[in-house]
Amino acid sequence: MAKKEDFPNLITKIYNLMLLVISLVILAGGALVYYAIDPDFSVFQLPSAPIAATETVNEVDELNKIENGIHVRTGLVDAEGLMTVVNNCTYCHSAKIILQNRMNTDRWNATIKWMQETQNLGDLGSNQEVIVNYLVTNYPPKMIGRREILTNIDWYELKTNNN
Amino acid sequence: MATLIGAEIVFGARMPEGYQPLALQDPDPFKMFSKNKDMVVLNDKPWNMEAAAHLLDDDITPNASMFIRNNGLVPENIDVSKWTLTIDGESVVNKKTYTLAELQSKFEHHTYQLTIECGGNGRSEFNPPAQGNQWTVGAVHCASWTGVRLRDVLKDAGIKNDAVYIGFHAADLHLSRDAGKEAISRGCPMAKALQDETILAFKMNGEDIPFIHGHPLRLMAGGWPASVSGKWLTGISIRNKVHDGSKMTGDSYKVPCKPIAPGETVKEEDLCIIESMPVKSLITFPKSGAMIKAGTALNIRGHAWAGELEVANMEYSIDFGSTWKPAVLKKPVNRLAWQHFSAKVEFPQKGYYEVWAKATDTKGMAQPMLVPGWNPKGYLNNACHRIAVKVN
Repeated sequence: MAKKEDFPNLITKIYNLMLLVISLVILAGGALVYYAIDPDFSVFQLPSAPIAATETVNEVDELNKIENGIHVRTGLVDAEGLMTVVNNCTYCHSAKIILQNRMNTDRWNATIKWMQETQNLGDLGSNQEVIVNYLVTNYPPKMIGRREILTNIDWYELKTNNN
Repeated sequence: MATLIGAEIVFGARMPEGYQPLALQDPDPFKMFSKNKDMVVLNDKPWNMEAAAHLLDDDITPNASMFIRNNGLVPENIDVSKWTLTIDGESVVNKKTYTLAELQSKFEHHTYQLTIECGGNGRSEFNPPAQGNQWTVGAVHCASWTGVRLRDVLKDAGIKNDAVYIGFHAADLHLSRDAGKEAISRGCPMAKALQDETILAFKMNGEDIPFIHGHPLRLMAGGWPASVSGKWLTGISIRNKVHDGSKMTGDSYKVPCKPIAPGETVKEEDLCIIESMPVKSLITFPKSGAMIKAGTALNIRGHAWAGELEVANMEYSIDFGSTWKPAVLKKPVNRLAWQHFSAKVEFPQKGYYEVWAKATDTKGMAQPMLVPGWNPKGYLNNACHRIAVKVN
Protein backbone atom coordinates (compact mmCIF):
# COMPACT_ATOMS: atom_id res chain seq x y z
CA MET A 1 0.00 0.00 0.00
CA ALA A 2 2.74 2.35 0.98
CA LYS A 3 4.42 1.80 -2.35
CA LYS A 4 1.21 2.51 -4.25
CA GLU A 5 0.78 5.89 -2.51
CA ASP A 6 4.46 6.84 -2.83
CA PHE A 7 4.32 7.25 -6.60
CA PRO A 8 1.49 9.86 -6.79
CA ASN A 9 3.09 11.60 -3.78
CA LEU A 10 6.39 11.79 -5.61
CA ILE A 11 4.64 13.17 -8.72
CA THR A 12 2.94 15.86 -6.60
CA LYS A 13 6.26 16.77 -4.91
CA ILE A 14 8.09 17.06 -8.25
CA TYR A 15 5.20 19.02 -9.70
CA ASN A 16 5.29 21.48 -6.76
CA LEU A 17 9.06 21.77 -6.94
CA MET A 18 8.91 22.52 -10.67
CA LEU A 19 6.21 25.17 -10.09
CA LEU A 20 8.47 26.81 -7.51
CA VAL A 21 11.51 26.76 -9.81
CA ILE A 22 9.51 28.15 -12.75
CA SER A 23 8.04 30.91 -10.54
CA LEU A 24 11.51 31.82 -9.29
CA VAL A 25 12.90 31.93 -12.82
CA ILE A 26 10.01 34.15 -13.97
CA LEU A 27 10.46 36.45 -10.95
CA ALA A 28 14.22 36.68 -11.39
CA GLY A 29 13.78 37.29 -15.13
CA GLY A 30 11.30 40.06 -14.43
CA ALA A 31 13.64 41.64 -11.92
CA LEU A 32 16.52 41.48 -14.42
CA VAL A 33 14.44 43.07 -17.18
CA TYR A 34 13.38 45.79 -14.75
CA TYR A 35 16.98 46.31 -13.65
CA ALA A 36 17.99 46.76 -17.27
CA ILE A 37 15.33 49.44 -17.73
CA ASP A 38 15.72 51.21 -14.40
CA PRO A 39 18.98 50.28 -12.67
CA ASP A 40 18.34 52.79 -9.86
CA PHE A 41 14.96 51.19 -9.00
CA SER A 42 13.75 54.79 -8.96
CA VAL A 43 10.10 53.77 -8.86
CA PHE A 44 10.64 52.45 -5.34
CA GLN A 45 12.36 55.63 -4.19
CA LEU A 46 10.60 58.65 -2.77
CA PRO A 47 10.53 61.46 -5.29
CA SER A 48 12.92 63.91 -3.71
CA ALA A 49 15.54 66.37 -4.89
CA PRO A 50 18.86 64.92 -5.96
CA ILE A 51 21.07 64.39 -2.94
CA ALA A 52 24.09 62.14 -2.84
CA ALA A 53 24.96 59.74 -5.59
CA THR A 54 26.79 56.56 -4.83
CA GLU A 55 29.82 55.65 -6.86
CA THR A 56 29.74 52.61 -9.03
CA VAL A 57 32.71 50.74 -7.67
CA ASN A 58 33.96 49.15 -10.91
CA GLU A 59 33.92 52.48 -12.77
CA VAL A 60 35.55 54.50 -10.01
CA ASP A 61 39.09 54.26 -11.37
CA GLU A 62 38.28 55.78 -14.75
CA LEU A 63 35.45 58.06 -13.61
CA ASN A 64 37.29 59.56 -10.68
CA LYS A 65 40.84 59.64 -11.99
CA ILE A 66 43.16 62.05 -10.18
CA GLU A 67 46.03 63.67 -12.10
CA ASN A 68 48.46 66.15 -10.56
CA GLY A 69 46.20 66.53 -7.55
CA ILE A 70 43.17 67.37 -9.71
CA HIS A 71 40.01 65.28 -10.12
CA VAL A 72 40.13 65.10 -13.94
CA ARG A 73 36.41 64.85 -14.65
CA THR A 74 35.49 67.98 -12.67
CA GLY A 75 38.70 69.96 -12.29
CA LEU A 76 38.27 70.04 -8.51
CA VAL A 77 41.29 69.78 -6.18
CA ASP A 78 41.88 66.34 -4.67
CA ALA A 79 41.47 67.01 -0.95
CA GLU A 80 39.40 65.88 2.00
CA GLY A 81 35.72 65.97 1.03
CA LEU A 82 36.31 65.86 -2.75
CA MET A 83 33.92 63.00 -3.51
CA THR A 84 31.25 64.44 -1.22
CA VAL A 85 31.40 67.62 -3.29
CA VAL A 86 31.46 65.75 -6.60
CA ASN A 87 28.51 63.56 -5.66
CA ASN A 88 26.35 66.24 -4.10
CA CYS A 89 27.13 69.29 -6.18
CA THR A 90 27.80 68.32 -9.77
CA TYR A 91 24.58 66.59 -10.68
CA CYS A 92 22.56 69.75 -11.27
CA HIS A 93 25.38 72.10 -12.21
CA SER A 94 28.90 71.96 -13.57
CA ALA A 95 31.92 72.07 -11.27
CA LYS A 96 32.99 75.07 -13.35
CA ILE A 97 30.65 77.31 -11.35
CA ILE A 98 32.26 76.05 -8.12
CA LEU A 99 35.77 76.67 -9.46
CA GLN A 100 34.87 80.23 -10.40
CA ASN A 101 33.68 81.20 -6.93
CA ARG A 102 35.53 82.20 -3.80
CA MET A 103 33.37 82.49 -0.69
CA ASN A 104 33.60 82.20 3.08
CA THR A 105 31.68 79.71 5.25
CA ASP A 106 28.68 81.98 5.77
CA ARG A 107 28.23 82.76 2.11
CA TRP A 108 28.66 79.13 0.99
CA ASN A 109 26.04 78.12 3.55
CA ALA A 110 23.77 80.90 2.27
CA THR A 111 24.32 79.69 -1.30
CA ILE A 112 23.37 76.13 -0.28
CA LYS A 113 20.27 77.49 1.45
CA TRP A 114 19.33 79.35 -1.74
CA MET A 115 19.75 76.14 -3.77
CA GLN A 116 17.53 74.31 -1.27
CA GLU A 117 14.87 76.99 -1.36
CA THR A 118 14.76 77.57 -5.10
CA GLN A 119 16.69 74.88 -6.96
CA ASN A 120 15.31 71.60 -5.56
CA LEU A 121 18.42 70.72 -3.55
CA GLY A 122 17.56 68.41 -0.65
CA ASP A 123 18.87 68.34 2.92
CA LEU A 124 22.60 67.59 2.86
CA GLY A 125 22.74 66.39 6.47
CA SER A 126 26.25 65.98 7.80
CA ASN A 127 27.61 66.32 4.25
CA GLN A 128 27.01 70.06 4.32
CA GLU A 129 29.84 70.66 6.78
CA VAL A 130 32.19 68.43 4.75
CA ILE A 131 31.31 70.30 1.55
CA VAL A 132 31.66 73.80 3.01
CA ASN A 133 34.94 72.87 4.72
CA TYR A 134 36.29 71.54 1.43
CA LEU A 135 35.30 74.75 -0.38
CA VAL A 136 36.62 77.29 2.12
CA THR A 137 39.83 75.32 2.60
CA ASN A 138 40.63 74.78 -1.07
CA TYR A 139 38.96 77.82 -2.63
CA PRO A 140 39.29 80.65 -0.10
CA PRO A 141 38.41 84.23 -1.11
CA LYS A 142 41.30 86.13 -2.69
CA MET A 143 41.66 89.77 -1.69
CA ILE A 144 42.04 91.62 -4.99
CA GLY A 145 41.56 95.22 -3.86
CA ARG A 146 39.45 97.81 -5.59
CA ARG A 147 41.09 97.30 -9.02
CA GLU A 148 43.71 94.72 -9.91
CA ILE A 149 46.74 95.40 -12.10
CA LEU A 150 46.48 93.99 -15.61
CA THR A 151 47.92 90.48 -15.66
CA ASN A 152 48.55 87.77 -18.27
CA ILE A 153 49.11 90.33 -21.01
CA ASP A 154 49.69 88.57 -24.31
CA TRP A 155 52.17 90.95 -25.98
CA TYR A 156 52.19 91.15 -29.77
CA GLU A 157 53.61 93.39 -32.49
CA LEU A 158 50.80 95.60 -33.82
CA LYS A 159 51.16 95.85 -37.61
CA THR A 160 48.03 97.35 -39.16
CA ASN A 161 46.82 100.29 -37.18
CA ASN A 162 44.18 102.23 -39.04
CA ASN A 163 40.74 103.40 -38.06
CA MET B 1 23.68 56.09 -22.79
CA ALA B 2 26.23 55.94 -19.98
CA THR B 3 28.78 54.19 -22.16
CA LEU B 4 28.34 56.80 -24.89
CA ILE B 5 29.14 59.66 -22.54
CA GLY B 6 31.87 57.72 -20.77
CA ALA B 7 30.37 58.42 -17.40
CA GLU B 8 27.33 57.22 -15.59
CA ILE B 9 24.40 59.60 -15.77
CA VAL B 10 23.65 59.86 -12.12
CA PHE B 11 19.92 60.29 -11.57
CA GLY B 12 19.49 59.40 -15.22
CA ALA B 13 16.17 57.87 -14.24
CA ARG B 14 14.88 61.35 -13.47
CA MET B 15 15.84 62.72 -16.85
CA PRO B 16 12.68 63.71 -18.74
CA GLU B 17 11.80 61.36 -21.55
CA GLY B 18 13.06 62.61 -24.88
CA TYR B 19 15.70 64.83 -23.29
CA GLN B 20 18.97 64.11 -24.99
CA PRO B 21 21.96 65.26 -22.96
CA LEU B 22 23.91 67.84 -24.96
CA ALA B 23 27.06 65.78 -24.46
CA LEU B 24 25.65 63.31 -26.93
CA GLN B 25 24.95 65.91 -29.59
CA ASP B 26 28.31 67.61 -29.80
CA PRO B 27 30.66 68.12 -26.90
CA ASP B 28 32.38 71.07 -28.58
CA PRO B 29 30.47 74.26 -27.66
CA PHE B 30 32.46 76.32 -30.19
CA LYS B 31 31.24 74.11 -33.02
CA MET B 32 27.82 73.50 -31.51
CA PHE B 33 27.09 77.23 -31.13
CA SER B 34 29.34 78.51 -33.99
CA LYS B 35 31.49 80.62 -31.68
CA ASN B 36 34.88 82.24 -32.17
CA LYS B 37 37.68 80.08 -30.74
CA ASP B 38 38.80 82.95 -28.49
CA MET B 39 35.50 82.93 -26.59
CA VAL B 40 35.82 81.68 -23.00
CA VAL B 41 33.63 78.92 -21.57
CA LEU B 42 32.70 79.88 -18.02
CA ASN B 43 30.26 77.08 -17.41
CA ASP B 44 29.05 73.99 -19.28
CA LYS B 45 25.97 73.08 -17.23
CA PRO B 46 24.30 75.44 -17.86
CA TRP B 47 26.17 76.84 -20.86
CA ASN B 48 27.81 80.20 -20.24
CA MET B 49 30.41 81.70 -22.56
CA GLU B 50 31.88 85.16 -22.86
CA ALA B 51 33.66 87.20 -25.51
CA ALA B 52 36.93 89.07 -25.14
CA ALA B 53 36.94 92.83 -25.82
CA HIS B 54 38.73 92.51 -29.17
CA LEU B 55 36.11 90.03 -30.43
CA LEU B 56 33.46 92.74 -30.12
CA ASP B 57 35.07 95.08 -32.65
CA ASP B 58 32.25 94.84 -35.23
CA ASP B 59 29.66 97.63 -35.27
CA ILE B 60 26.94 94.97 -35.36
CA THR B 61 27.91 91.94 -33.28
CA PRO B 62 27.92 88.66 -35.25
CA ASN B 63 26.81 85.42 -33.60
CA ALA B 64 30.41 84.21 -33.35
CA SER B 65 31.23 86.85 -30.72
CA MET B 66 27.98 86.93 -28.77
CA PHE B 67 28.16 85.86 -25.14
CA ILE B 68 25.96 82.97 -24.01
CA ARG B 69 24.13 83.13 -20.70
CA ASN B 70 21.81 80.37 -19.60
CA ASN B 71 20.04 79.78 -16.32
CA GLY B 72 18.72 76.39 -17.32
CA LEU B 73 19.13 73.61 -19.84
CA VAL B 74 18.51 74.53 -23.46
CA PRO B 75 15.20 73.27 -24.88
CA GLU B 76 15.16 70.27 -27.16
CA ASN B 77 13.11 69.35 -30.19
CA ILE B 78 12.02 72.85 -31.21
CA ASP B 79 9.18 72.60 -33.70
CA VAL B 80 8.74 76.02 -35.30
CA SER B 81 5.48 75.03 -36.99
CA LYS B 82 3.92 74.20 -33.61
CA TRP B 83 5.51 77.04 -31.63
CA THR B 84 3.04 79.37 -29.90
CA LEU B 85 3.10 82.45 -27.71
CA THR B 86 0.39 82.86 -25.09
CA ILE B 87 -0.52 86.23 -23.59
CA ASP B 88 -2.17 85.77 -20.20
CA GLY B 89 -2.01 87.07 -16.63
CA GLU B 90 -4.28 88.90 -14.17
CA SER B 91 -4.29 92.04 -16.29
CA VAL B 92 -4.97 90.65 -19.76
CA VAL B 93 -8.41 91.39 -21.20
CA ASN B 94 -8.53 88.29 -23.43
CA LYS B 95 -6.07 85.46 -22.96
CA LYS B 96 -4.71 84.79 -26.45
CA THR B 97 -2.40 82.30 -28.12
CA TYR B 98 -0.59 83.12 -31.36
CA THR B 99 1.34 80.87 -33.66
CA LEU B 100 4.64 82.21 -34.98
CA ALA B 101 3.05 82.66 -38.41
CA GLU B 102 0.20 84.68 -36.88
CA LEU B 103 2.61 86.92 -34.99
CA GLN B 104 4.62 87.53 -38.14
CA SER B 105 1.65 88.21 -40.42
CA LYS B 106 -0.62 90.11 -38.08
CA PHE B 107 1.78 92.73 -36.71
CA GLU B 108 4.15 95.25 -38.28
CA HIS B 109 7.84 94.32 -38.35
CA HIS B 110 10.54 96.51 -36.86
CA THR B 111 14.33 96.20 -36.81
CA TYR B 112 16.52 97.68 -34.09
CA GLN B 113 20.12 97.30 -33.07
CA LEU B 114 19.93 96.62 -29.33
CA THR B 115 22.63 96.57 -26.66
CA ILE B 116 22.19 93.63 -24.34
CA GLU B 117 24.53 93.33 -21.38
CA CYS B 118 24.47 90.71 -18.64
CA GLY B 119 23.74 92.29 -15.26
CA GLY B 120 26.77 90.43 -13.90
CA ASN B 121 29.22 91.56 -16.62
CA GLY B 122 32.43 92.53 -14.75
CA ARG B 123 31.51 90.46 -11.67
CA SER B 124 35.04 89.00 -11.49
CA GLU B 125 36.40 92.32 -10.22
CA PHE B 126 34.32 92.56 -7.04
CA ASN B 127 36.09 92.21 -3.70
CA PRO B 128 35.11 90.30 -1.64
CA PRO B 129 34.27 88.02 -4.56
CA ALA B 130 30.64 87.96 -5.59
CA GLN B 131 28.80 84.71 -6.24
CA GLY B 132 28.04 83.52 -9.77
CA ASN B 133 29.71 83.18 -13.14
CA GLN B 134 32.83 85.31 -13.06
CA TRP B 135 32.25 87.45 -16.15
CA THR B 136 35.09 89.81 -17.06
CA VAL B 137 34.21 92.29 -19.83
CA GLY B 138 32.67 90.21 -22.62
CA ALA B 139 29.05 89.70 -21.55
CA VAL B 140 27.68 92.36 -23.88
CA HIS B 141 26.61 92.46 -27.52
CA CYS B 142 24.74 94.65 -29.92
CA ALA B 143 23.18 92.73 -32.80
CA SER B 144 20.36 93.77 -35.10
CA TRP B 145 17.01 92.25 -34.17
CA THR B 146 13.82 92.04 -36.21
CA GLY B 147 10.40 91.32 -34.80
CA VAL B 148 7.05 92.74 -33.80
CA ARG B 149 6.48 95.25 -31.02
CA LEU B 150 5.46 93.66 -27.74
CA ARG B 151 3.13 96.66 -27.33
CA ASP B 152 1.17 95.76 -30.48
CA VAL B 153 0.69 92.17 -29.34
CA LEU B 154 -0.25 93.11 -25.76
CA LYS B 155 -2.78 95.65 -27.06
CA ASP B 156 -4.26 93.04 -29.38
CA ALA B 157 -4.94 90.83 -26.36
CA GLY B 158 -5.97 93.86 -24.31
CA ILE B 159 -4.30 95.43 -21.29
CA LYS B 160 -6.36 96.14 -18.18
CA ASN B 161 -5.86 99.42 -16.32
CA ASP B 162 -4.32 97.71 -13.31
CA ALA B 163 -1.38 96.25 -15.31
CA VAL B 164 2.00 97.02 -13.70
CA TYR B 165 4.48 94.45 -15.02
CA ILE B 166 5.01 91.78 -17.64
CA GLY B 167 6.68 88.43 -17.00
CA PHE B 168 7.94 86.06 -19.66
CA HIS B 169 7.77 82.27 -19.85
CA ALA B 170 10.15 80.17 -21.89
CA ALA B 171 10.91 76.65 -23.02
CA ASP B 172 14.27 76.11 -21.31
CA LEU B 173 14.44 73.44 -18.60
CA HIS B 174 15.20 73.98 -14.92
CA LEU B 175 18.64 72.62 -13.94
CA SER B 176 17.03 70.12 -11.58
CA ARG B 177 14.93 68.88 -14.56
CA ASP B 178 11.82 69.54 -12.50
CA ALA B 179 9.16 70.24 -15.14
CA GLY B 180 7.18 72.21 -12.54
CA LYS B 181 9.92 74.81 -12.23
CA GLU B 182 10.92 77.54 -14.64
CA ALA B 183 14.66 78.10 -15.25
CA ILE B 184 14.10 81.82 -15.58
CA SER B 185 10.95 83.93 -15.83
CA ARG B 186 11.81 87.60 -15.53
CA GLY B 187 10.15 90.73 -16.84
CA CYS B 188 9.85 94.50 -16.72
CA PRO B 189 7.42 97.26 -15.77
CA MET B 190 4.71 98.16 -18.31
CA ALA B 191 6.51 101.38 -19.29
CA LYS B 192 9.47 99.37 -20.60
CA ALA B 193 7.20 96.71 -22.14
CA LEU B 194 5.37 99.36 -24.15
CA GLN B 195 8.46 101.06 -25.61
CA ASP B 196 8.92 101.13 -29.40
CA GLU B 197 12.14 99.11 -29.16
CA THR B 198 10.81 96.33 -26.92
CA ILE B 199 10.13 93.62 -29.47
CA LEU B 200 9.36 89.94 -29.88
CA ALA B 201 12.19 89.06 -32.23
CA PHE B 202 12.32 86.21 -34.71
CA LYS B 203 15.36 87.34 -36.67
CA MET B 204 18.88 88.34 -35.69
CA ASN B 205 21.23 90.07 -38.13
CA GLY B 206 18.75 89.26 -40.89
CA GLU B 207 18.63 85.53 -40.28
CA ASP B 208 16.84 83.09 -37.99
CA ILE B 209 17.95 83.69 -34.41
CA PRO B 210 20.74 81.18 -33.60
CA PHE B 211 19.41 78.32 -31.49
CA ILE B 212 21.46 79.22 -28.40
CA HIS B 213 20.24 82.84 -28.53
CA GLY B 214 16.56 81.98 -28.34
CA HIS B 215 15.30 80.59 -31.64
CA PRO B 216 12.51 80.83 -32.70
CA LEU B 217 11.28 83.73 -30.54
CA ARG B 218 13.01 86.07 -28.14
CA LEU B 219 11.85 89.04 -26.08
CA MET B 220 14.26 91.94 -26.57
CA ALA B 221 14.49 94.66 -23.93
CA GLY B 222 17.61 96.63 -24.90
CA GLY B 223 19.53 98.60 -22.28
CA TRP B 224 18.26 96.43 -19.41
CA PRO B 225 19.99 93.41 -17.85
CA ALA B 226 20.08 90.78 -20.61
CA SER B 227 18.05 88.43 -18.39
CA VAL B 228 14.95 90.50 -19.22
CA SER B 229 15.36 89.51 -22.87
CA GLY B 230 13.93 86.02 -22.45
CA LYS B 231 14.95 83.35 -24.97
CA TRP B 232 12.79 80.54 -26.39
CA LEU B 233 9.73 82.60 -25.52
CA THR B 234 6.43 80.77 -25.06
CA GLY B 235 4.39 83.26 -23.07
CA ILE B 236 3.98 86.73 -21.62
CA SER B 237 1.90 87.32 -18.49
CA ILE B 238 0.49 90.80 -17.95
CA ARG B 239 0.67 91.12 -14.19
CA ASN B 240 -1.17 93.35 -11.74
CA LYS B 241 1.89 93.27 -9.48
CA VAL B 242 5.65 93.05 -9.90
CA HIS B 243 6.27 89.73 -11.65
CA ASP B 244 7.37 87.06 -9.17
CA GLY B 245 8.77 84.43 -11.55
CA SER B 246 12.05 82.58 -11.22
CA LYS B 247 15.06 84.94 -10.82
CA MET B 248 12.77 87.89 -10.00
CA THR B 249 12.86 87.14 -6.28
CA GLY B 250 15.57 86.70 -3.63
CA ASP B 251 18.79 88.49 -4.53
CA SER B 252 18.75 87.70 -8.27
CA TYR B 253 19.29 90.73 -10.51
CA LYS B 254 18.95 93.03 -7.50
CA VAL B 255 21.29 95.49 -5.81
CA PRO B 256 21.09 97.16 -2.40
CA CYS B 257 18.67 100.12 -2.56
CA LYS B 258 21.07 102.03 -0.33
CA PRO B 259 24.88 101.72 -0.64
CA ILE B 260 26.49 99.15 1.67
CA ALA B 261 30.05 98.35 2.76
CA PRO B 262 31.88 95.59 0.83
CA GLY B 263 30.84 92.20 2.17
CA GLU B 264 27.94 93.53 4.24
CA THR B 265 24.81 91.39 4.53
CA VAL B 266 21.64 92.86 3.01
CA LYS B 267 18.07 91.93 3.87
CA GLU B 268 15.90 90.88 0.96
CA GLU B 269 13.55 93.82 1.48
CA ASP B 270 16.50 96.22 1.12
CA LEU B 271 17.29 94.98 -2.39
CA CYS B 272 15.97 96.73 -5.51
CA ILE B 273 15.44 95.19 -8.97
CA ILE B 274 17.97 96.40 -11.57
CA GLU B 275 16.32 98.32 -14.39
CA SER B 276 18.44 100.33 -16.86
CA MET B 277 22.11 99.29 -17.07
CA PRO B 278 24.72 101.98 -16.29
CA VAL B 279 26.96 103.87 -18.73
CA LYS B 280 29.87 101.78 -20.01
CA SER B 281 32.37 101.39 -22.84
CA LEU B 282 34.82 98.92 -24.29
CA ILE B 283 38.03 99.40 -26.29
CA THR B 284 37.69 96.77 -29.01
CA PHE B 285 40.77 97.73 -31.04
CA PRO B 286 43.59 97.10 -30.57
CA LYS B 287 43.56 93.95 -28.50
CA SER B 288 45.29 94.51 -25.15
CA GLY B 289 49.05 93.84 -25.36
CA ALA B 290 49.82 95.82 -28.52
CA MET B 291 53.47 96.79 -29.06
CA ILE B 292 54.11 99.74 -31.33
CA LYS B 293 57.21 101.62 -32.45
CA ALA B 294 58.08 104.93 -30.84
CA GLY B 295 56.83 107.87 -32.86
CA THR B 296 53.78 106.11 -34.30
CA ALA B 297 50.31 107.06 -33.19
CA LEU B 298 47.91 104.38 -32.02
CA ASN B 299 44.41 104.42 -33.44
CA ILE B 300 41.96 103.04 -30.92
CA ARG B 301 38.25 102.33 -31.33
CA GLY B 302 35.37 100.78 -29.46
CA HIS B 303 31.74 101.08 -28.39
CA ALA B 304 29.91 102.90 -25.61
CA TRP B 305 26.38 102.49 -24.28
CA ALA B 306 24.28 103.85 -21.43
CA GLY B 307 21.26 101.63 -20.75
CA GLU B 308 18.10 103.65 -21.41
CA LEU B 309 20.15 106.78 -22.07
CA GLU B 310 22.60 107.90 -24.70
CA VAL B 311 26.34 108.40 -24.26
CA ALA B 312 27.05 112.12 -24.44
CA ASN B 313 30.82 112.17 -24.13
CA MET B 314 33.75 109.83 -24.60
CA GLU B 315 37.30 110.30 -23.29
CA TYR B 316 40.51 108.35 -22.96
CA SER B 317 43.57 108.60 -20.70
CA ILE B 318 47.11 107.23 -21.04
CA ASP B 319 48.23 108.40 -17.60
CA PHE B 320 45.84 106.54 -15.27
CA GLY B 321 43.26 109.31 -15.31
CA SER B 322 45.57 112.24 -14.56
CA THR B 323 44.53 113.78 -17.85
CA TRP B 324 41.66 112.90 -20.19
CA LYS B 325 41.46 113.60 -23.91
CA PRO B 326 38.29 113.53 -26.03
CA ALA B 327 37.52 110.67 -28.41
CA VAL B 328 35.31 111.00 -31.49
CA LEU B 329 31.86 109.64 -30.61
CA LYS B 330 29.11 108.75 -33.11
CA LYS B 331 25.37 108.92 -32.48
CA PRO B 332 23.54 105.57 -32.08
CA VAL B 333 21.81 104.16 -35.19
CA ASN B 334 18.68 103.96 -33.06
CA ARG B 335 17.79 104.35 -29.39
CA LEU B 336 19.34 101.59 -27.21
CA ALA B 337 22.07 100.77 -29.77
CA TRP B 338 25.69 101.15 -28.75
CA GLN B 339 27.74 104.04 -30.13
CA HIS B 340 31.15 103.86 -31.75
CA PHE B 341 34.14 105.90 -30.68
CA SER B 342 37.65 106.32 -32.02
CA ALA B 343 40.77 108.29 -31.17
CA LYS B 344 44.33 108.78 -32.36
CA VAL B 345 46.55 108.26 -29.33
CA GLU B 346 50.07 109.70 -29.13
CA PHE B 347 52.61 108.62 -26.52
CA PRO B 348 55.24 111.03 -25.15
CA GLN B 349 58.04 108.47 -24.79
CA LYS B 350 58.87 104.76 -24.83
CA GLY B 351 57.49 102.56 -22.12
CA TYR B 352 54.47 100.73 -20.66
CA TYR B 353 51.10 102.43 -20.96
CA GLU B 354 47.50 101.67 -20.26
CA VAL B 355 44.82 103.29 -22.37
CA TRP B 356 41.70 103.83 -20.29
CA ALA B 357 38.30 104.70 -21.79
CA LYS B 358 35.57 106.64 -20.02
CA ALA B 359 32.01 107.29 -21.21
CA THR B 360 29.61 109.85 -19.74
CA ASP B 361 25.84 109.64 -20.25
CA THR B 362 23.34 112.41 -20.99
CA LYS B 363 22.65 112.84 -17.27
CA GLY B 364 26.32 113.47 -16.50
CA MET B 365 27.03 110.05 -14.98
CA ALA B 366 30.49 108.78 -15.95
CA GLN B 367 32.20 105.42 -15.61
CA PRO B 368 34.20 105.09 -12.38
CA MET B 369 37.88 104.11 -12.63
CA LEU B 370 37.50 101.86 -9.59
CA VAL B 371 35.00 99.05 -9.21
CA PRO B 372 31.72 100.71 -8.09
CA GLY B 373 29.47 99.91 -5.12
CA TRP B 374 29.85 96.38 -3.81
CA ASN B 375 26.71 94.25 -3.92
CA PRO B 376 26.20 90.61 -2.92
CA LYS B 377 25.77 89.24 -6.43
CA GLY B 378 28.33 91.46 -8.13
CA TYR B 379 26.11 93.33 -10.59
CA LEU B 380 26.65 96.60 -12.46
CA ASN B 381 30.43 96.84 -12.58
CA ASN B 382 30.85 99.61 -15.15
CA ALA B 383 34.43 100.55 -14.23
CA CYS B 384 36.53 101.95 -17.10
CA HIS B 385 37.93 99.41 -19.53
CA ARG B 386 41.69 99.54 -20.16
CA ILE B 387 44.22 97.94 -22.48
CA ALA B 388 47.98 97.52 -22.08
CA VAL B 389 50.28 99.10 -24.71
CA LYS B 390 54.07 99.09 -25.03
CA VAL B 391 55.95 101.71 -27.00
CA ASN B 392 59.33 100.29 -28.04
